[in-house]
Amino acid sequence: MTPLALEELEIDLLLEAIQRRHGYDFRHYARASLKRRIRHRLTSAGLERPSDLIGPILRDEKSFSDFLADMPVTVTEMFRDPSFFGAIRQRIVPVLRTYPFFNVWHAGCATGEEVYSMAILLEEEGLYDRARIYATDLDARALAHAREGIYPLAGVRDFTRNYQAGGGRRAFSDYYHAGYGAVKLDGRLARNLTFAQHNLVTDGVFAEMHVVVCRNVFIYFDRTLQTRVANLFHESLCAGGFLCLGSKESIRFTTAGALFESIDEREKLFRRRRVAA
Amino acid sequence: MSARALARAPYEAVALGASRGGVAALSRVVAKLPASFPLPVFVVEHRRASSDSALVEYLESRCALRVKEAEDKEPIVAGTLFLAPGGYHLLIEQDRTLSLSVDAPVHFCRPAIDVLFETAADTFGSRLLGVVLTGSGCDGAAGLAQIARAGGGTIVQDPRSAEAAEMPRAALAHLDPDAVLDLDGISALLAAIGDASS
Repeated sequence: MTPLALEELEIDLLLEAIQRRHGYDFRHYARASLKRRIRHRLTSAGLERPSDLIGPILRDEKSFSDFLADMPVTVTEMFRDPSFFGAIRQRIVPVLRTYPFFNVWHAGCATGEEVYSMAILLEEEGLYDRARIYATDLDARALAHAREGIYPLAGVRDFTRNYQAGGGRRAFSDYYHAGYGAVKLDGRLARNLTFAQHNLVTDGVFAEMHVVVCRNVFIYFDRTLQTRVANLFHESLCAGGFLCLGSKESIRFTTAGALFESIDEREKLFRRRRVAA
Repeated sequence: MSARALARAPYEAVALGASRGGVAALSRVVAKLPASFPLPVFVVEHRRASSDSALVEYLESRCALRVKEAEDKEPIVAGTLFLAPGGYHLLIEQDRTLSLSVDAPVHFCRPAIDVLFETAADTFGSRLLGVVLTGSGCDGAAGLAQIARAGGGTIVQDPRSAEAAEMPRAALAHLDPDAVLDLDGISALLAAIGDASS
């Protein structure tokens, strides 16, 4: 067996150990990036081989939480990719206006910047009181951060520029209070938000959705897992519901591609297709 | 490996990394490759997240290869130049597909040359040719050394011929590559490799 094949085998065993001991299933994460993370973890832990991590991860909570801290945490900002929010205003908002009540799901919301961006957008469109936004993530720490809605002041200049470029109608400063080098988003924005831990790999449908936003999460999954998650979104969405992916993501290369119809190729907006069971 | 032996070795892929001065260097290096070039070409060129389609169009106008921005989970095809999108790392998977990530920048760069080179070395081993072109900074040096360790071929642009010599110099400080050539030399070598591999 070549050293590389042996390393692959050791990674398989490590991921199996993590899944059986801690319930987190990384076996269908995109492998190349996962392997780089594991190599980094080994270097910082002063270990040589992936199999060296198995013992500590089985028996020592700290080793596992260190490992978890190296796993993908979506990096995001408010109104990231402003043209995407412009497209939501143009393509999705008119449909949402036709509902008396609707649900939006931010799957893999990380630290919540895009969730608050969506709340602001819906507020400005006069639709927020009809909305319930579910914001979920695998990572409890990221969710706790999202729930607080406190972000470093240093990012606000970019947020403001994005907000304006994304079609914002007020002054962005209307939505936060600044102090102590940070901003706290207006508490009123949280009134229709529900934060919950949800694992896209293992958990299922929890409510009927009109819009699913899942950006820069798919790229961390292999095609098998992308297909599973696309099916989960298809089951979650109402007839004609919308799926929004990250700007470089696609479902074209998965077998779930046929479940959705692309309505904006550039901004990665899709609409649920009715598919015979 | 001598430059001549380098040209005769069987390859499955070429990976190029460039930074400052990279657009001109890249277009010169790939200009002579035919549409029938039997290998895929992966390119990381450091740039801002926004300037995407312009570089694709520019390179497309300068060479016969099909040029496209890499998409997540896309299958690898010969005769195609896959460009890492601005703001994303480009990685090569064992099943011969591409993947993208927004993992932390490496050497302040995303896309980073090291990320492409390391994952390509894992996948193609000795059947990979890695090339470091002009640029500032040190990205690509560690990745090229990894390609060499995996038995692949390595080329560094001659720093004296580079618009920015820092990146080729950093690579030369990390490893003793199979060849140090100017842009026309690299271009001719790639063409010869294409002929030998088809």
